[in-house]
Amino acid sequence: MSAKQILTTLMMVLALIVVGSTTMAADMPEQVSLDTMVELFEAVEFDHDMHSELGEDCSVCHHHTTGTGTTDDRCISCHANSDELETVACINCHVSDPFSSEHLSRESQEIYQFHIDRPGLKAAYHWNCIGCHEEMDGPTGCEDCHARTPEGDEFYHKDATGSADEGGHH
Amino acid sequence: MSGISRRKFLAASVAVGAATTLGGTKKALAAGSFSGYPNSMGVLVDLTRCIGCRSCEAACNKEQKLPDPNLPFDDMSVFDQTFHHGTQKRRTDESAYTVVNRYTPEGSEPIYRKVQCNHCAEPACLSSCFVNAYTKTKEGAVIYDGSVCVGCRNCMIACPFNVPAYSYSSAFGAVVKKCIFCHETRLKDGLPPACVEICPQEALTFGKRKDLLKIGHQRIQTHPGRYIDRVYGEKELGGTHWMYLSPIPVEEVGFDPRPGNEPIISHVKEFLGVVPMVLAIWPALFTGFHLLAKNQEGHGDHEHDTEHQHDEEGGQQ
Repeated sequence: MSAKQILTTLMMVLALIVVGSTTMAADMPEQVSLDTMVELFEAVEFDHDMHSELGEDCSVCHHHTTGTGTTDDRCISCHANSDELETVACINCHVSDPFSSEHLSRESQEIYQFHIDRPGLKAAYHWNCIGCHEEMDGPTGCEDCHARTPEGDEFYHKDATGSADEGGHH
Repeated sequence: MSGISRRKFLAASVAVGAATTLGGTKKALAAGSFSGYPNSMGVLVDLTRCIGCRSCEAACNKEQKLPDPNLPFDDMSVFDQTFHHGTQKRRTDESAYTVVNRYTPEGSEPIYRKVQCNHCAEPACLSSCFVNAYTKTKEGAVIYDGSVCVGCRNCMIACPFNVPAYSYSSAFGAVVKKCIFCHETRLKDGLPPACVEICPQEALTFGKRKDLLKIGHQRIQTHPGRYIDRVYGEKELGGTHWMYLSPIPVEEVGFDPRPGNEPIISHVKEFLGVVPMVLAIWPALFTGFHLLAKNQEGHGDHEHDTEHQHDEEGGQQ
């Protein structure tokens, strides 16, 4: 009987530690490596520390997931007082393969109707980054953030030098 | 004698005529009532999201193994190119199955529109092709078999979007060339086309056509003032599988406002329905005329007797 009690107490303490560690702000990454397009571009080392100092509120990027309340009109009706989620990383909601047949069939069974048409990871990054950078005079050119790999140079035909109106019929 | 012949000929003509008319009508009705494959795919192009990076053009070039471009795909000077004395922007051709054009309406930020085959539910190119080179697949793509193309270019004239292009650079074996929705390499395996996959802004949304319609209307509703209230391609020309959301009237981003909602085939199917009838009746009709004329000429000869005998046999049956 007492052994069972000890076990229960231990389990509870363990659970608290786990929950506590995931909700602690100290868990916030200093830097995030964005490396989903490494074939054509070098990974982007996103300075999370610097950006979180700039932003007044985590919800500017993280919507309602950090437990700080949200200002987005479309989220606020349900998530005004939402608790912090276990995971707040972009990729947990914005998938990297939004158009794969697996994801499309998952989406078609989406029961949270307000979450349909959720952008994929790449779009979520670009909308958030470019939108803010335009307002705050941050870098907005493709190669300001994305250094191209040799494969990327080839993909964009960097060395093409023909004249503009050669070939092709218009 | 000639009286019996005429009666027989008329009866035969009417029978053939009736058969082909009925057959033809059935076919024409079937063509008009096609409402698309239920689970076919499409793409929703959101012009408010496109930033004109031309990555889709680069991805298409690589995927379809097209010739090297004249200018790099990150060269934005192509947006200033015009053709035919400034009346036409860039269009698709044998070396580019998709192009992005820039439009700058007064007092507005530039708007970019990607051009490619819109993969009509009832494609005009397909209707116009007399060698049946074109196929509308159950996945939603309009593909073609270049090996049977005879280079007549009817499809280029028929297409309301000016999409099919011609391989003018090839003296022999020149064929029509156009976007095939990456059908062979991707779509038939459930993968999105290369341009959709590379788009950094998700300006291109891939999904079932019926879901894209819902998404399109939902975006219009959720963002008042951002879009005009129209999902271009929902009804236009009988419906297309690539559809557009635009912040300004579609005429201002280069769409031809003249074609209405009727698929092109509706304008020609009555005429086309007559073609098999003509093909079936005319030989019988003119053979009849020929026989009549011949019979009148040849009264009392050997042929006449033989035919009389045949007529009697026919009458007994």
